[in-house]
Amino acid sequence: MSTLLACEDLSMRFGGLVALNQLSLSVNEGEVLGLIGPNGSGKTTFFNVITGIYQASEGRVDYRRQDLTQMKAQEIYRAGVTRTFQRSRLCLPLSIFDNLMIGNHRRLDHSLWFNLFRRQEFRRQFEQHYAEAHQLVHTFSASLAEKLFDAAGSVNMIDRRRIEICRALISQPSLLLLDEPSAGMTHEETRELMDDILIVREHMPGLTIIIIEHEMNVIERITERCIVLNYGQKICEGPYAQVAADREVQEAYLGTQ
Amino acid sequence: MKRLLNAQSAFPALASMAVLTLFAVLFLHADSQGAVMGLTALAIVSVLLLARFGWNTLAAASFAEHGRQAHAAVLLGVLIVMAAFYDNHFPLLMLASVLLYIVVCLGLNLQFGYAGVVNFASAAFFGIGCYTSAVLVNHTPLPHILIVLAGGLMAAGIGSLLILPVLRTYGHYAALITIAFGILFRVFLEVNDTLGGPQGMKVPGMEILGWKLNDGLQFGELEISFYVNYVLLALGMVAIAFMLVRRLERSWIGLNLDAVRLDETACATFGIDVARWKIAAFTLGNFLAGLAGSVYAMMTGFVAPNSFTFGDSLILVSIVILGGIGNPWGLTVATAIVLILPEKLQFIQEYRLLLYAALVILILLFKPDGLMPRQVRNYLPGWKP
Repeated sequence: MSTLLACEDLSMRFGGLVALNQLSLSVNEGEVLGLIGPNGSGKTTFFNVITGIYQASEGRVDYRRQDLTQMKAQEIYRAGVTRTFQRSRLCLPLSIFDNLMIGNHRRLDHSLWFNLFRRQEFRRQFEQHYAEAHQLVHTFSASLAEKLFDAAGSVNMIDRRRIEICRALISQPSLLLLDEPSAGMTHEETRELMDDILIVREHMPGLTIIIIEHEMNVIERITERCIVLNYGQKICEGPYAQVAADREVQEAYLGTQ
Repeated sequence: MKRLLNAQSAFPALASMAVLTLFAVLFLHADSQGAVMGLTALAIVSVLLLARFGWNTLAAASFAEHGRQAHAAVLLGVLIVMAAFYDNHFPLLMLASVLLYIVVCLGLNLQFGYAGVVNFASAAFFGIGCYTSAVLVNHTPLPHILIVLAGGLMAAGIGSLLILPVLRTYGHYAALITIAFGILFRVFLEVNDTLGGPQGMKVPGMEILGWKLNDGLQFGELEISFYVNYVLLALGMVAIAFMLVRRLERSWIGLNLDAVRLDETACATFGIDVARWKIAAFTLGNFLAGLAGSVYAMMTGFVAPNSFTFGDSLILVSIVILGGIGNPWGLTVATAIVLILPEKLQFIQEYRLLLYAALVILILLFKPDGLMPRQVRNYLPGWKP
């Protein structure tokens, strides 16, 4: 099994606050890795650092012979890393299709001449991307796929999450980062969402996924391996059952007696 | 009857345009304050009444369905209004001014409505176009068509310097920078003697390939005002600018601009270069303002700093908000209302800024999406999945 992503001594400091403290970890090609840990342990910061939203204070992130810490967010996306956000970051007034096409940016033609004057060509490109978007959304929800031209703000929470996941998937990335997809969902919705993620696994077997999640049954059901963070450091690593039984992990979550 | 009164038929759109054209002629014709007030009241009441019976949505749907015919009807409507006042300077000047201001507002809509770059200096960019053409027409033998282009390029060029500090700030601070620029521009004009100082400058009329726009036409007994030339030119400019803005909105570029306005972090995560699209929208918008300005200067024959105040920029912003942010048709209607109403209703002249302020507050309170709210993007008109 080859390594897709490897962090070495990655640190992120905000003034005196150390959000990531010399973190080293590696992610294998094609695996689903769960990233867990108490609130404030640095999980989302880790995502923000590898997607280029934050500039790492120290260390490197190797991804396909490139160092992500030296790249801009736009370049990281073009290299095939996409994500969802903990709090939904959809453009609610825009249509669902528009939101998906934001995620498809690297595969669209953005030249002025093409967009303004080659409208026949544009129509062809548009129809092809519409068909792809429709097919992708259809794998998650048939009813959602029929209303791609409704405003994203007009659908419920679980459908918005689905749109976010589709937005991250439509450009066919190699690495997908899911930041707490079940946040703000009911038990029923969480269960549906888990099914969705398993569908993704089934349809895109080569895709590597890192998922941050507080719902432990989600982690148990879909991940192959977990890494536990606490105070920006890795405290444990292994399959869920093993991690859950670890004393240090239990202390991190529940405190010492 | 049933066949005519549905969205599949072109009838609702065409009938609305016919009534609108008739109304415009009557309104511009009305002399007494009583008649103007009466017509204004009639317009408000009938629009509200028609909305109640669902006519407005029906007409809008029919308009969208039969785009080509509807657009032709709008152009024809403007030509009919023009023909109705063929020998009357003042209504024609007003009509041409409205058309040129629509071009400015289309540019502002690109900046503020799509990319979300606030610009409280659009009157200044309009002014840059005016002064560029004033100087070039007076001091160089350049063909006027190039001068019009130069006006646009000058505004775009100066705008691309102003965008640098704007990109480094957010929200209110970006707005403040553009306000400061607008005020600076006017002060600069007032103290600059070579540009005529506070008195301004005279500008000769326009001439394109031997077509002297300031010469009226004479057909036997029939005398036609020279403003007809400017109305035709301005109408052509509106048509082109409108088509460009429309196509831009219905493309991946329009999507990028909207994304930049709505969520910069999400943009960066999906590879959208925020600065690039802000610069593109700002530059193109200012180009349109400069273009309109340079024709305006030659049409009115005179430029002075007083026409490019912060207040004028505010009026332009209020037009875009009033019409429905991001909707080119909305701002077209709003420009006509905001420019013509105070001219006809003389007594509100002095209170016009007060009235606009009140109107914008009312709109933001009760109809925050404007008179004609923008719909979700329709990339290919008539296309169905």
